[in-house]
Amino acid sequence: MSYIIQGETGEWEVVIGLEVHAQVISKSKLFSGAATDFGSEPNTQVSFIDAGMPGMLPVINEVCVEQAVRTGLGLKAQINKTSVFARKNYFYADLPQGYQISQYDQPIVGEGTIILDMPDGSTREVGIERLHLEQDAGKSMHDQHPTKSYIDLNRSGVALMEIVSKPDMRSPEEAGAYLKKLRSILRYLGTCDGNMEEGSMRCDCNVSVRKKGETGLRTRCEIKNVNSVRFVMQAIEHEAMRHVEIYESGGDIKQETRLFDPNKGETRSMRSKEQAHDYRYFPDPDLLPLVLEDELIERIKADLPELPDEKKDRFIRDFKLSPYDAGVLVADRATADFFETVASGRDAKMAANWVMGDFFGAMNRLGRSIENPPVTAENLGKLLDLIADNTISGRIAKEVFELMTETGKDPSVIVEEKGLKQVTDTGAIEQACQAVVDANADKVAEYKSGKDKLFGFFVGQVMKNTQGKANPAMVNEILKKLLA
Amino acid sequence: MSLDKATVRTIANLARIEVPDEELDHLAGELSRIVDFVEQLSEVNTDGVAPMTSVAEMTLPRRQDVVSDGNCRDGVLANAPDADDGFFCVPKVVE
Repeated sequence: MSYIIQGETGEWEVVIGLEVHAQVISKSKLFSGAATDFGSEPNTQVSFIDAGMPGMLPVINEVCVEQAVRTGLGLKAQINKTSVFARKNYFYADLPQGYQISQYDQPIVGEGTIILDMPDGSTREVGIERLHLEQDAGKSMHDQHPTKSYIDLNRSGVALMEIVSKPDMRSPEEAGAYLKKLRSILRYLGTCDGNMEEGSMRCDCNVSVRKKGETGLRTRCEIKNVNSVRFVMQAIEHEAMRHVEIYESGGDIKQETRLFDPNKGETRSMRSKEQAHDYRYFPDPDLLPLVLEDELIERIKADLPELPDEKKDRFIRDFKLSPYDAGVLVADRATADFFETVASGRDAKMAANWVMGDFFGAMNRLGRSIENPPVTAENLGKLLDLIADNTISGRIAKEVFELMTETGKDPSVIVEEKGLKQVTDTGAIEQACQAVVDANADKVAEYKSGKDKLFGFFVGQVMKNTQGKANPAMVNEILKKLLA
Repeated sequence: MSLDKATVRTIANLARIEVPDEELDHLAGELSRIVDFVEQLSEVNTDGVAPMTSVAEMTLPRRQDVVSDGNCRDGVLANAPDADDGFFCVPKVVE
């Protein structure tokens, strides 16, 4: 599945690398004891350190360090036992220190790998270049006053993990799959909530194009702060087209930072000042090198949950699910747990179909979530048991399921109350079949003269007359005999 | 090593310090002398010494993840030239 842009001068491919800023889940900030809660009153979660007051010294939060290590291990990446914090110097109103404490040439995590699950069920590997810890900046609001910007420093100093991919992606779909997979891994690990709307996961896209077959990389542009998977895919698609058009009209791409406008679906240049990228990194004299003990790394490793890739392999192996079904079910940990409860001791393929079909459908239709499901996993399991032991047919089960979403009742109670129990009594079904045959002598004659398709009509009539409660296999069998 | 006027102008701009043109020569000389002073370090033989960012025989101490600070908005805003409704106010900086 290759993504090619057909230009006038030939075929072009797109080269994509992503930088994701993921907010670390911790109670307090990376270098101060101020709280990290989202949506608090402005400037109430700010210490004098976060406000950049002179004389204040940063002290690192051990949980933020552990979260970075945990994420590194989850990305199968190299953990650097010694890493160094550096100052990245620039001026902006929401950066009170005048520099961001970040990591430069010695990050806490080195190279790793992410496996993408593509929509067609195939997989693809994307390299991780590095992961480093850094401080978030404050928030600027430009629409509160005609001549002033309003600054809230609550977010200033919150720990971020910047996760940088290698330029390994070749289509907008792969970029989308990368973000979804990374978010899934972070959520499994509990190191970032992955909420792109609230800004706890933000993405910068590096995009360039090259002629098919070319090996070197051409000049890239960076699209800043794209805040949804869909926008990332749109921004890349548009940016790649822009590059092709410029090259084909004889122009050249200038390396720059651009912004994506979701309303217009296009990117535009940020009017950045000259030398904006001269950050003059140097080791932060306030912070000694961060050295990790082997025991710490081993303890975190021993504590890692089963991650989506391993869970997916297990679902394929133990439950005989297709790679696609397994991929869908493991994307979210709570969904995977829900499925496992339903599937436990039952036909797993059937459980998967019900969870991904009727259950997901009801969840979307009713605006519910897996944490607050329309039907509990236990009750859905019981419904499957009722189908398996022939108490109800698959068709009646759909009806029972709807009633379960409305009432929250146990399926066996619903079957009892509504009298939906499947008829498996041969005598009763024979009677129903005979009645249909007797009432439709003309159709019987047509059927016998070769209109085989009419068989479905007879089955339908019997099911209708029995309110769908007759066992379909038995109806088929008996009708075949009667019509022979 | 001697710094030229253009470099000094760039450094001043990056540091957001306004330096009149007539001061540039003088500053270039001063800064060059500072760099020369530091450059004496390159006379020391460092063969076999791993690059270091600190000479203290210590590693970074860590603190527990507890909320122990913040909630002091009045103090944080006390020195702000302009504030409104709990926010710092600055001249509009939208790009």
